[in-house]
Amino acid sequence: MDSVYVVGRDAVPSLVRLGEGESLKMTLIVPEGVSATLALEVDLDGSGASLDLAGASMSRGDEQVQINVVVRHNVPGCRSEQLFKSVAGGSARVSFDGLVYVARDSVHTVAHQQNHSLLLSEGASVESRPQLEIYADDVECSHGATTGYLNPEELFYMRSRGIPYDVARQMQVDAFLAPIISRTL
Amino acid sequence: MSEALLEIKGLRAGIEGKEILRGVNLTIRRGEVHAIMGPNGAGKSTLSAVLAGRPDYKVLEGSVLYDGRDLLAMAPEERSWAGIFLSFQYPVEIPGVSITNFMKAALNARRKAAGQQELSPAEFLRLMKEKMAFVQMKGEFARREVNVGFSGGEKKRNEIFQMAMLEPVLSILDETDSGLDVDALRIVADGVNRLRTPETSAIVITHYQRLLEYIVPDVVHVLKGGRIVATGGRELVDQIENLGYDSIDG
Repeated sequence: MDSVYVVGRDAVPSLVRLGEGESLKMTLIVPEGVSATLALEVDLDGSGASLDLAGASMSRGDEQVQINVVVRHNVPGCRSEQLFKSVAGGSARVSFDGLVYVARDSVHTVAHQQNHSLLLSEGASVESRPQLEIYADDVECSHGATTGYLNPEELFYMRSRGIPYDVARQMQVDAFLAPIISRTL
Repeated sequence: MSEALLEIKGLRAGIEGKEILRGVNLTIRRGEVHAIMGPNGAGKSTLSAVLAGRPDYKVLEGSVLYDGRDLLAMAPEERSWAGIFLSFQYPVEIPGVSITNFMKAALNARRKAAGQQELSPAEFLRLMKEKMAFVQMKGEFARREVNVGFSGGEKKRNEIFQMAMLEPVLSILDETDSGLDVDALRIVADGVNRLRTPETSAIVITHYQRLLEYIVPDVVHVLKGGRIVATGGRELVDQIENLGYDSIDG
């Protein structure tokens, strides 16, 4: 299944269960101007279940966005991939809490979680708390988080070719979000 | 003698509180190619950065007139619209932005600034194809991310491709020869030479004489310690080649 949810327009499920061999591709978009608290839990309850979850938030004003995701590997041999990207400008506050839980005996679990944030202003803030709780052996799990500003070298290079400051910044933001946005097209 | 395109007077500039250019005077007329040679740390790249409007470089004193306008008051994009092009010594990688989208944004911004309509997709593609052939780039090049994973030679050819697309009035080639093998150097130099017109000018910045065998300058300057310490012709290049920069007083 392939689902796209635009927060503020669509009702985002709070609990999803995937049974044996089921797979879900899910994309969450928090558009500019939307403040929201998202709480999503995914239970991988059947062997071979597979989750491909991605999300993007693009906050430029005074939005408050909180994303809480819990993914539970309850049985052996499931897979979860998560990629969240946040853009925060103005005085926006964005936080991401992601927990990957691997139950005892859930061997051969594959779980990856990435959270990347781009700050557009000094007044914006992002917080990222990725967590792994692993109670099984023989698993492949990783998480990573980065926070950064737009690259001034790229910005000058684009401007030197005649691309105006604002357009160049927007192109950098679009490029940052492209891996998520391309999933919704 | 034709009119001055660029007039630099008493230019002092630097970065992070350190003065690097200590009073540069330079006049370039339309149709002329000037070489600026100098040892490492002489201020060659600072000069090109200041002319292109790099924000982290600060002008402390002096003036730069370009085509009669106060260049130092213009934003980097405005300088580009006015016909200035800097070929970067280290072209920047822009992940996630294709060459096609990059050039479309650049050309359309310039056309908008000039009060012209955007190019149609067909016109744009035709132009891309023509200029890619100019630097011997294959079709897939247009879809690649700007400079991402490019070899040194590809990066420099990409600079000359962009130069051909933007048809500048004043090109500044900052160490365009660095990191190039002879074949790539020939393609790059050939591109620059074919873009020469009686109306356009170029500043060729280089440490070595090699590039100047391919791009023949009208005037040669030696920049040392942030000042132009000698100006002449081909004989200066030979002197540097044979006796080194120490042989030129600064």
